[in-house]
This record gives sequence, C-alpha cells and structure tokens, in this order.
Amino acid sequence: MKDTPLSNCERDFLLKAIEEKKRLDGRQTYDYRNIKITFGTDYGCCFVDLGKTRVMAQVSCELVAPKETRPNEGILFFNIELSPMASPAFEPGRQSELSVKLNRQLERCFRNSKCIDTESLCVVSGEKVWQIRVDVHTLNHDGNLMDAASIAAITALCHFRRPDVSIQGEEITVYTPEERDPIPLSIYHMPISVSFSFFQQGTYLLVDPCEREERVMDGLLMIAMNKHREICSIQSSGGIMLLKEQVLRCSKIASVKVSEITELISKALENDKKARKAGERCGFAESMPQERITALKMDETPVEMKNVTEKAEDIVKKYEAPPQSVPSPLVPAPGVGQVGQGQQNSWGLEEEDGEKID
Amino acid sequence: MAGLELLSDQGYRLDGRKATELRKVQARMGVFAQADGSAYIEQGNTKALAVVYGPHEMRGSRSRTLHDRAVINCQYSMATFSTAERKRRPHGDKKSTEMSLHLKQTFEAAILTQLYPRSQIDIFVKILQADGGNYSVCVNAATLAVIDAGIPMRDYVCACTVGFVDETPLADLCYTEENGGVSSLALALLPRGGQIALLQMDARLHQDHLETMMEAAMIACKGVSKVLDEVVRQHLQEASALSRD
Repeated sequence: MKDTPLSNCERDFLLKAIEEKKRLDGRQTYDYRNIKITFGTDYGCCFVDLGKTRVMAQVSCELVAPKETRPNEGILFFNIELSPMASPAFEPGRQSELSVKLNRQLERCFRNSKCIDTESLCVVSGEKVWQIRVDVHTLNHDGNLMDAASIAAITALCHFRRPDVSIQGEEITVYTPEERDPIPLSIYHMPISVSFSFFQQGTYLLVDPCEREERVMDGLLMIAMNKHREICSIQSSGGIMLLKEQVLRCSKIASVKVSEITELISKALENDKKARKAGERCGFAESMPQERITALKMDETPVEMKNVTEKAEDIVKKYEAPPQSVPSPLVPAPGVGQVGQGQQNSWGLEEEDGEKID
Repeated sequence: MAGLELLSDQGYRLDGRKATELRKVQARMGVFAQADGSAYIEQGNTKALAVVYGPHEMRGSRSRTLHDRAVINCQYSMATFSTAERKRRPHGDKKSTEMSLHLKQTFEAAILTQLYPRSQIDIFVKILQADGGNYSVCVNAATLAVIDAGIPMRDYVCACTVGFVDETPLADLCYTEENGGVSSLALALLPRGGQIALLQMDARLHQDHLETMMEAAMIACKGVSKVLDEVVRQHLQEASALSRD
C-alpha cells in the first residue's frame, strides 16, 4: 500500500518551523524522545519505545557448523523485519530499499565492531559453534527506526542467556535452563547509533527525527558509538553534501547522547535483574501500563443559572408544537418528492436574479 | 593474519607503498560504442567498468517519474570471477543492493538532475577484479562514464578508502589491508568545494582520530581528482585530434 503523500503545506510548515528552531513535539534540536526499555519473560526479549516508535528484539541461539573460513568463531546473524504493522508503507514480503539499508547498517554497526566475543561461542572447533540470531521487529514506525533497533538489539544481547555446555572428552552435554543456569554472552562494548537529519541543504540539523521530520529531510547521518568514545560506524545517506566540520560536530554530540543512552540501558538491565531475583512477575504484559480512565476531572466553568426555568418556558411557548403527522410529500415533477419547505438561507448573500458577472 | 605487518617501521606497506601513496590509476573513457558513456578504470589490481545510459525516458514504472528532476538508477554488481572464490550471487544480495543505493545517493548529489525533468539516467558498474576499495573505484569509474556521456555534474566525484594503523592513516587500501581488521573509511568527495557526498566507516575508531582520517581521505580524494582530470583532458585531446584530421 502506498503511503499518503505529504502535502506541500505540511512540508512548508515543517521546514519553516525548523528554520525557527521549533520542532513539532516541542523538543530542542539535540533532544531525544523518551526512551523506555522493557523486557519480556524470556531472556533475550526486549521492547524499546523511542517516543512512539516501538521495536522488539529477540535473541535466540542454535548449535550449527561454523563457517569454513572461521572454524573457531561463532556466527552472529542480524535481521530487521519491517512488518506492515508498523506503517502502511511497509509491504509484506518485498524487500524494500529501507529494509536493505537498515539491515546492512545494523550488521555493520554490530558485526564489524566486534562487540561480542565470537570465539567464546565456539563449542567444538570446526564442528559445532553457537549461532546467535537477533531478530528485530518494528511494531510502530514514528521515525528513527535505526536508533531504536540498535538500542533494542544491544539490550537484547546483554539480556540474553545461552544454555550452558560442558565437554567431557568426546561427549558434549547441553544443559537445559532447569539443570544449570544459562550463562550470559560476553559483550565487549555496546554500540549505539545516533541519527542526525539535515534540512535545507545541510543548514539545519536535528537529532532523532520523528516520522514527519524524516519525510521532509534532505539526508541522514548515522553515527554509531560506544561509551568509550569509539566510533563503530558512520553512514551518510540521502543526497546531501556534508562538510568535515559538520561531521566532527555531529560525532561530538553523538558521544554525549550515547553515554546517556548507555546509562539508561544499564539501569534497565539492573532493574530487570533485581526484579527477576526477587521473583516478581516480569514480562511484556506486566510492563504494559493499565491505560484505564479511573477518574474524570473537568474544570468547572461558571454557568448563568438565574431564571432558567422561566426562560425555558418562554422559549417553549413561543414555538408551536411540532406537527403530529408528517405531511405528504409534494410532487413538483415526476420522480421528485418534496417534504417541507426548507429555511431562508442565512448567508447574507443577496439574491439577484439575472445578474451576470463579467 | 596476525603476523602480517600492515605498516613496517620504515613506513612501507605490504605492497611497498608509503602511507599516503595511492595505487597506480589507469583509465580509459569511451570503451563501448553502444552506451552513451562508458569508462574503464584500474586502481592497482582493482578493475571496474562503468556504463551510463541516459538521460532517457523513464522505463519500467512510470509512476516513479519526478516532475522536476531526473531519476538516477544505479546497479552495482561484481563479476563471478572477481574474487578469490567464485561469487555465486553477483547481484541481488544485500551488499550489492546497499552499494547500488550508495552510488545512487552519491550521484544524485553531484549530477545536475534539475536539467532533465521526467527522465532517467542509468549507471551500471561492474567490478571485474576486486582487490580492495571496491566502492571508491566504482565511484571513480562512474564519474568518468558520466563525463563521457556528457551529463553535467557539479564537480568530479572522487572517492577513496582510508585505513588507520599505528596512528597513521593509510590511503587507498588493498584487499589484505581491508580484511586485516583495520578501521576503514570510504569517502566520496567533490574536491573543489570540499563537500562530502558519502561517508561510510566500519570498525572501531576512537573519536579523536576521526579528524585525521577525514583529512587524509580528503587529501587522497583530491589526488584522485587530479588523475581523473588528466584522463579526461587526454581523452578530449585524442578525440579532437581525430576529428581535426
């Protein structure tokens, strides 16, 4: 299904507002939307809300044969699904340009930066290694899917626990979670991507564009960094021309944002660990807020209540009672029935018959 | 590959180049008669062929016509014999689609598309031998092909891949250097205004080194632009000499 095109009025309004340093939701230029991270009941399931953008990441693992070129390293596989649930523009099945772009960006952000120790995923060199698969599903698209997906992916990886394995000579035993506690993955660092959108040929810059802003932007710069101020990936997209100073400035802004977000993720993981230890019920259903109206509060407006009954009776007396029966319709011409007369038009236009406008 | 020394103490790389030296560039324009513009470029051992058709009427889906400018359609593919192991899927896989998108984005910024509304320009690039810096060589080849087709551009689009080893940026990486776990930055530049059309970086690099890398990449791109300029002028001279006779 094709997306509704953006009207020129809306586009001009957004661009004008950006020129005056105003955003639709009242944020400042470098502000992120509210990030909320919740976990599912299983290890490795994570939901991230970036404002209204919502994505879900699930990590799963499987024992497979390793790649021939790398016999003692585990395999990492990333996949983003743009489900039609997220936006009417996403069609099922067809791999659109955006889907390829996001998939490749996610792969490059995580795989090339070596955030996970793949050698620790090896069970038997050359025969059996763990294949870690991260599936990210977009649930609601309100702009900036890349950032939300990167936060979801790395949080899910940090949250995930893989089954314990022991090797005794030739025998390999994979323990179920009941027999032995599953062990977390060894993660070196947490790469987080920050997106900058450019408007008016690079004159204006916004961090974390929402969906409307994404539609009018000229181009996007994605910088993925970790909290140690190491840049994991940079990607510019869209037909914009950047200057070196702009890129350096963006990288500085990104480092600040990334440290904030990394703190948020660590806090969320801590809270979840505590909740699980305390035996509280955790999971997606628990974390959904009960959006029920429990109290209705309205401001009081003063209403003139003097002589209400008298005034009402006067008004009722003035008008005659409505007719009990409906009059039969007039037939001015065959096929046309007329019931009632209609009222004089109150537009104040003068009816001038026969006046021609030249 | 731990024993491979990408930069020796004397400052020499694996193939004997210095850190800021580019590979030898040999290029030829107008290799095909059928296409509107074509070019062949060899940068060291990486060989790429670019072909441009257009501007012509929109083919395929008419609905994608833009009323005020031309649509640029790029396709990047690698020949099956281009890599050490035979490539089983030359186009349609994610990497090729991503490269095509990047090429499209680069040339949309550089070509004066406003001059050709409601039309389409096709750029096809094929890598015949991949020895590192695939994206950069493609961009250079496509620039020459677009110039050969006579399509106006804002400036030469020059690209170069730069790596970072031992606090030194290495210009124009080859395959062994790229796969040696070096952080590599690919930059497509319009040299005269210093405007960056595309910036892409993989692997970890500390923020403080970013400026040095980008500087080195821009200098390397300016070097490439000089070479491409030479090639274009020579081609023009040859063509005009023939027509004079």
